[in-house]
Amino acid sequence: MLKGQQFNTTHSPTWCPGCGDFGIWTSLKNAIDELGLEYHNTVVVYGIGCSGNMANTVKTYAFHGLHGRPLPVAEAVKLANHGLHVIIIAGDGDTYGEGMNHFLTSMRGNHDITLIVHDNQVYGLTTGQTAPTSEKGYESKSTPQGVIEEPVNPVLLALSAGAGFISRGFSGNTVQLTELIKKGIQHKGFSLVDVFQPCVTFNKHNTFQWFFRRVYDLDKEGYVPNSWEKAAEKARETERLATGIFYIHERPTYHGSLPQLAKGPLVVRPLAGIDVRKVFKDFI
Amino acid sequence: MQKNQFRWKIGGAAGYGITATGLVFAKACARGGLHIFDYTEYPSLIRGGHNTYQVKVDDREVFVHDNAADLLVALNEETLTLHLNELEHGAGILYDPAVVTLDKDRMASRGLKLFPMPLMAIAKEKGEPIMQNMAALGASFALVKYPFSFLETAIQDTFSGRKKDDQVSLANIAAARSGYEFIEKQFASVDFPYHLEPLQDPPERLVITGNEAIALGAIQAGCSFYVAYPMSPSSSILHTMAAYAEEFGIVVKHAEDEISVANMAIGASWAGARSMLATSGGGFSLMVEALGLAGITETPVVMINAQRPGPATGLPTWTEQADLRFVIHAAQGEFPRFVIAPGDVEECFLAAGEAFNLAEKYQTPVIILLDKFLSESHATRAPFDISRIAIERGDILSERDLEGKKDYRRYEVTASGISPRVLPGTKGGLHIANSDEHDTYGYSNESSDNRTEQMEKRLRKVASAADQLPQPKLEGTSNAQVTLVGWGSTKGPIREAARLLEGMGITVNRLHLKHVWPFPVKAVASILRGARQSIVVENNATGQLFGLIREMTGIEANAKVLKFDGRPFYANEIKESVQEIIKKHA
Repeated sequence: MLKGQQFNTTHSPTWCPGCGDFGIWTSLKNAIDELGLEYHNTVVVYGIGCSGNMANTVKTYAFHGLHGRPLPVAEAVKLANHGLHVIIIAGDGDTYGEGMNHFLTSMRGNHDITLIVHDNQVYGLTTGQTAPTSEKGYESKSTPQGVIEEPVNPVLLALSAGAGFISRGFSGNTVQLTELIKKGIQHKGFSLVDVFQPCVTFNKHNTFQWFFRRVYDLDKEGYVPNSWEKAAEKARETERLATGIFYIHERPTYHGSLPQLAKGPLVVRPLAGIDVRKVFKDFI
Repeated sequence: MQKNQFRWKIGGAAGYGITATGLVFAKACARGGLHIFDYTEYPSLIRGGHNTYQVKVDDREVFVHDNAADLLVALNEETLTLHLNELEHGAGILYDPAVVTLDKDRMASRGLKLFPMPLMAIAKEKGEPIMQNMAALGASFALVKYPFSFLETAIQDTFSGRKKDDQVSLANIAAARSGYEFIEKQFASVDFPYHLEPLQDPPERLVITGNEAIALGAIQAGCSFYVAYPMSPSSSILHTMAAYAEEFGIVVKHAEDEISVANMAIGASWAGARSMLATSGGGFSLMVEALGLAGITETPVVMINAQRPGPATGLPTWTEQADLRFVIHAAQGEFPRFVIAPGDVEECFLAAGEAFNLAEKYQTPVIILLDKFLSESHATRAPFDISRIAIERGDILSERDLEGKKDYRRYEVTASGISPRVLPGTKGGLHIANSDEHDTYGYSNESSDNRTEQMEKRLRKVASAADQLPQPKLEGTSNAQVTLVGWGSTKGPIREAARLLEGMGITVNRLHLKHVWPFPVKAVASILRGARQSIVVENNATGQLFGLIREMTGIEANAKVLKFDGRPFYANEIKESVQEIIKKHA
């Protein structure tokens, strides 16, 4: 059996032939497989978009929620049962558009979850409008005169919001991407895997060829991801595009900071035997 | 002499500690075995606005405050200007002549008794200027000859967390004592005809708001995950849950916005926690898409909407019952939901437990409607009976249940429409909780047959629920001249109004709806068919229950009494409206 195949379901992906999502799908299944995670202890929370449609095709517990909102669902799943591995599959619209507030807050809180963003710089499922990461001037159905806004820089945002594991992959390099996802899942705290993922149908500018000419592997250039300042410099590059791990910094996780959860996951706490009468004195 | 019936009101600028002072007054009375109901008004400001707190004290149970006071404590002149018309002949005004100037002749001509005293000087001598409120509190109790000891312990417990030697609490007690002694000395011979007397053996009673009661009920019901974004008048639920989170092992999260709140509540519930949130109408508006998410993924969730007057920011710190139609219909598409509207603090305590059980049994959202009036008014009640809250988690399959099963279908089509749940982390129960329309496994599916089957399955869950819920009953005189109909927080005012009307020889009974949705069609239709004259009383402008009754039963009530100025009903307002309606229809 091919690596990761056991995580296939009875459903096949519905993406366009050649879509960058396939590389992420493969890498996610490989990473879960290579880490030896069990199906039933793994939860993937999906957003809405082409990326979210992966929900039908990965055999784990899955929550396919609302556009822009997978992060709050994932955080709460982790808080309710921190014995689970919680991964989020979301698009650039989900994460950097509709759900930007959740993105920043989740990193500030250092929730122990892994966010994988399909960053294709265009809205695919809604048939080709601009995305928060589209280059300035990008012409699309919603911006025929070109985008006026500056693009969101996910790595810089993550650095400023205190994320402890910040990485970027490319769906054309599944070997590297699998490693990034694995390390992200192993990291104790919030991990970001932003993924360059060409949309072969609606983004005729940022194509596989376009990326192949620009991407390079930080690791191969001897980069050590221990400096916030260096990471910020790398994140600002525009001619060459760095992939790999930009920054790692461990700090206490959100669930690890709650004394209520020190004795074990919330969901195993017995509900019998609660007696609220012991606080009635405060209301007398 | 009026024994153990007294209406006290204090007013001053925001920042004067009016709320803390009022609560100490209420607790001191309750500790002597007297009943109270209190009500506070304040603008959406931290400093500079006008705040009031009023407490109605009685030796029988009190359901609502009055729009009149027997003693007005005026910490500033504005209080006098705004509330003079609430003082009847014989009422008293307690004030500091160095702060408040008033026309003594005019007051005397209205039959008002004046109690000038150096509140500010006492406060400065004993501690800080803010302690004038404690001096006034002591003075108030001296005027009604209530023993100082009840006040002393109430102040101590409020300010010191029950530590005896706390300096803040000692200074506040000293200010209160000075106020008490000043009145005893200076006004010993003045006849103030109100007298509060503690009972011989006072029973223990809670002094509690609807918000606090619902939080305690939720804790008792095993709520393990509570999430909210602060919004008046729901915030004290968050404060109460947060204060007890560690003690009861509850995760309490102040999330970044209400959209996150609703999605977090759903995520935690899907993972197996008993999950609750609270907000007001504005926050609920932001949660509407997630409400539908809970509907289609069949995830239990308890959502509290403590209503305030809208639209938009509206009157942030005032009261209204105008979200009934909104919460019944909110979110695109059609899916089952429950709406519960408790009418008093005891019903609040029980509502959370009931809501969790319904949410988990039927795997659907349950909305609890409160409003500022119920959320923030204290009432006295015997300590709640925790045995009335049972924990029923509905059908959840364990690993053992799933052993040997060929496959598990999360959205299996069943006769009841309820498909057993499996919590993530359980072997053998993999599924997708899917916001897209899905097949029995949870896989996205857009086929016509599947859509129809899943829609019918979901709606079937509550088709029979209305009959299984506790049915509304007619309370009071049978075959009465008038049947007063209400829902939620108007329960107290309507009950008091009925008492007033009965006192005038008009027979009244009451139909109060707590379970508003699914609508109790049969019970309401049968009661209203037998009513001689039905009058719907609602704190909104359009008569939302009035319309709902017509829609669901085909019966149009005879009249409606509406109020939508941000203030709750006073019993005498309802009484007068009913009298007018009777006259018109006679």
